[in-house]
Amino acid sequence: MTNFWLFIPEFTITALAFGVIGADLFLARENKKYLPWISSIGLIVVLGIALNYLLGKQENLYGGLFLIDDFSMFFKVFFLILGLLVVLISSEYVKNHIKHPGEYYGILIFSILAMMLMAASGELLTAYISLELLSFCLYVLVASGRYGEKSTEAGVKYILLGAVASAFMLYGISQIYGLVGTTKFADMNLVLVAENSSALDLGLIMGIVFIIGGLAFKIAAVPFHMWAPDVYEGAPTPITAYLAVGSKAAAFALILRMMSSGFISIMEDWQMVIIVIAALTMTLGNLVALAQNNIKRLLAYSSIGHVGYLLMGVVAMTPLAFDGIMLHLVGYGVTNLACFMCIIMLYNSTGRDDVAGYAGLADRSPFLAMSMAVALFSLAGLPFFAGFTTKFYLFTAVANEGLIWLVGLAILNSLISLYYYLMVIKSMYIDPSEDTTVLVFSRYSLSVLGILVVFIFLVGVYPGPLVELIQEASQSLFSYIP
Amino acid sequence: MDNYLLISLILLPALAAIMVAFVPRQRLFEIRAISGIVAFALFVLSAYSFINYDNEVGGYQFTRDYAWLDALGIQLSMGIDGISTTMVLLTGIVSFTAVLISWNIEHRAKDFFVLFLLLVAGVYGVFVSLDLFFFFFFYELAVLPMYLLIGVWGSSSDFVTFIRNKEYGALKLMLYLVAGSILVWVALLAVYVEGDMNSFSLLKLQDAEFSEDFQRLYFPMFMVGFGVLAGLWPFHTWSPDGHVAAPTSVSMLHAGVLMKLGAYGIIRIGVDLLPQGAEYWMPLLMILGTINVVYGAVSALSQTDLKYVIGYSSVSHMGYVFMGLATLNATGMGGAVLQMFSHGIMTALFFALVGVIYDRSHVRDIGILEGLAKRMGWTASFFAIAGLASLGLPGLSGFVAEVLVFIGTFKDYPIFGVLGIIGAAITAVYILRLLGKVFFGPISEDWKTLPDASNVEKFSAGILVLFLLVVGLYPKPWMDLINTGLSPLIERVAGL
Repeated sequence: MTNFWLFIPEFTITALAFGVIGADLFLARENKKYLPWISSIGLIVVLGIALNYLLGKQENLYGGLFLIDDFSMFFKVFFLILGLLVVLISSEYVKNHIKHPGEYYGILIFSILAMMLMAASGELLTAYISLELLSFCLYVLVASGRYGEKSTEAGVKYILLGAVASAFMLYGISQIYGLVGTTKFADMNLVLVAENSSALDLGLIMGIVFIIGGLAFKIAAVPFHMWAPDVYEGAPTPITAYLAVGSKAAAFALILRMMSSGFISIMEDWQMVIIVIAALTMTLGNLVALAQNNIKRLLAYSSIGHVGYLLMGVVAMTPLAFDGIMLHLVGYGVTNLACFMCIIMLYNSTGRDDVAGYAGLADRSPFLAMSMAVALFSLAGLPFFAGFTTKFYLFTAVANEGLIWLVGLAILNSLISLYYYLMVIKSMYIDPSEDTTVLVFSRYSLSVLGILVVFIFLVGVYPGPLVELIQEASQSLFSYIP
Repeated sequence: MDNYLLISLILLPALAAIMVAFVPRQRLFEIRAISGIVAFALFVLSAYSFINYDNEVGGYQFTRDYAWLDALGIQLSMGIDGISTTMVLLTGIVSFTAVLISWNIEHRAKDFFVLFLLLVAGVYGVFVSLDLFFFFFFYELAVLPMYLLIGVWGSSSDFVTFIRNKEYGALKLMLYLVAGSILVWVALLAVYVEGDMNSFSLLKLQDAEFSEDFQRLYFPMFMVGFGVLAGLWPFHTWSPDGHVAAPTSVSMLHAGVLMKLGAYGIIRIGVDLLPQGAEYWMPLLMILGTINVVYGAVSALSQTDLKYVIGYSSVSHMGYVFMGLATLNATGMGGAVLQMFSHGIMTALFFALVGVIYDRSHVRDIGILEGLAKRMGWTASFFAIAGLASLGLPGLSGFVAEVLVFIGTFKDYPIFGVLGIIGAAITAVYILRLLGKVFFGPISEDWKTLPDASNVEKFSAGILVLFLLVVGLYPKPWMDLINTGLSPLIERVAGL
């Protein structure tokens, strides 16, 4: 008998999403400002429920379609907190620039549900359906600033290319089902270990490559990254932050689970593909970022670079490397949110999101400039900040598997990235600005930014407890492998 | 007290940076007072560690470990031996005097002191860390604030033929140093993986058996990676540009202490962990070091900007450090470490005095400055002492260090010893020419109203001069300490 209590966070978050959309229908226009509060309180409640009912459980639902373990639990908590933070950084932006707040928050919550399902799915079709749910939510969210030309363009681009990527992935899934006869990761592993025949190989590798292609689109890995800069630039800024962190983390959760519990026995066959993608992704992302003068495009390419680092961890395929990936996802996530919060705050008060618009920010708002500098230094991987510690962890784990040349390339890329982050910092601190009015921000947005900056320091200086949680998560993932 | 000595060397400046960050920016006095008091406390603590280090016992003292990240075997483990104690004292002296010199900064003073204190925390961290992760952590932390410190508070130079603006100097410095740290990072990871004991601890990794091929492959990465920060030719070009662009106190700390981080890294990590690699590559370091000495001196000879002269003289003097290290014998290496200390004090004094002159006259061109001694007696005498120490006059610290380096060099590399002495002779030429032109001789009309150094400036320059004299006349405490630190290292090299 299926224990539906294990599914209760998903049920409650669905109810919350409908509740927010429903409330939007009944609330008077002037009361719609309460929607972000309803959403964030709701998410905190869901978080509480998840922690209360699921902590430390290791079970499965619907005969292995969904897996409840420390790994899915870690990502559930990650996504819920991420969703909460995105709601917090959205609220002022939505008030100023988005006409239908109810839909915005409702769909945002649906996409959190989708990500939670993705991290928990134990077989390909469930994963695919969760991925589609996530994609559809994101298509809508990207285009939700739909009265602006750029947002609409971004939405169209994203949906067209996304549909192609889905087709890729579906084809790969059918290929694998045809050859292995199952879509469950655990069973696939058993079949692959038992058969060990070369007749499977080519078709199987093609299937895996197609699935990786579909997911590579989600994480914006080269050569499936073309959409990212345009969509990042056009989407409402909080959604850009969400895309950069959330959809990537969800796709990585799926990749980690699929590769480790499904395809680990034929690791040698697909490793090379990922090595090439990782090397290309980080190099191209960082090099092209050098030429950007819009801050959102710059961060789009920088995030492509970061995906390259994360993919190295997938190649290494050890619990330590998986710790590294999850840790870097957290560090990168916090840092990116802080960075985008700065962008949103500046955009809300000056309407600029080009790098030149940051000139003289250190005089106009010292705190904002300091936070942005902290976030950028963290992205570049300088110490005291999250980026240094998480990168060091990830790179060490990968180097441990004998891939020191790949790590060397990644470290070289960090140097390249430092240059373009420094250009933004130069703009803020050194370049004079023609407009020297002091910028004033609401206490609310300053405190959200303050919290994010504190997190950047905390992960950078005291990562111990976080790493312990992450270790449990990755151990539970490797416990499926006989 | 001894238990918390080293951690407080890191935490004091870091916490002070946070404190200053919360002081409202118009409260200049509080900002300066916090920085000044903390810098003085650090000076006292550094002197305490210098005095209380027990030479009889030797090894690492004041050790303390804090668990940090078990998954990778990272501990915040700290301890100082003879070499690092000398460097800690140097940091204490230079950072205290540098804070005094920057007392009058008013433009965004708060941001300046926050970054400056972070820099100090990073430098101390490197010298006291016995864990490779934290060594690297603090090493990078010491590089991080440089860009802003130079870019915001620095000054551009405008020559007739070319312009070096401060952004250029800052960016060049930052990119060079981080490029160097890339090599260090890769080599650190290689050592960690090859050591295979899930530990970044320097003491544990010393026992690892690294194969000869491995050592030969990775030692040059440490040598060049750290060498960039120490101004190793041909990667030194950031150093004159960066130091010239930097504000006075940052030049002091950077040329005085940060460049020593690089040389310290070569000793502490390169030679200590990979002694066979060191032995294999040291002739190259000797060649490069000698080029440093001669090339730096010749370049200094042809500069017209006062600060560029000092910048190139730093490159030249760091060459003696490389030469001394490359000998791998007790005399030469002892000389190298003493040269690190002596040059640190000397160059800090130089930059402080150039800062004083530039502050008053807004000119650094040797062709224009004339006969300043008539108006700026104190400044001129201090400058003369620094200059004499720089050209190796007996009785000042530079002499002791350079003589040791030369003796060490002559044992195995006589030709390079001769070249090194030629370098010292060229130093004498540019220093004496500079002294004659800028300070002594007839004063031109323009400078007849120039005020002398203020009391604070005299005080901080006085401290530096005092150490130049003490080390020059009575180097025994320093040499005993340095030899205690070096002897296990030299045994490791010799035993292999």
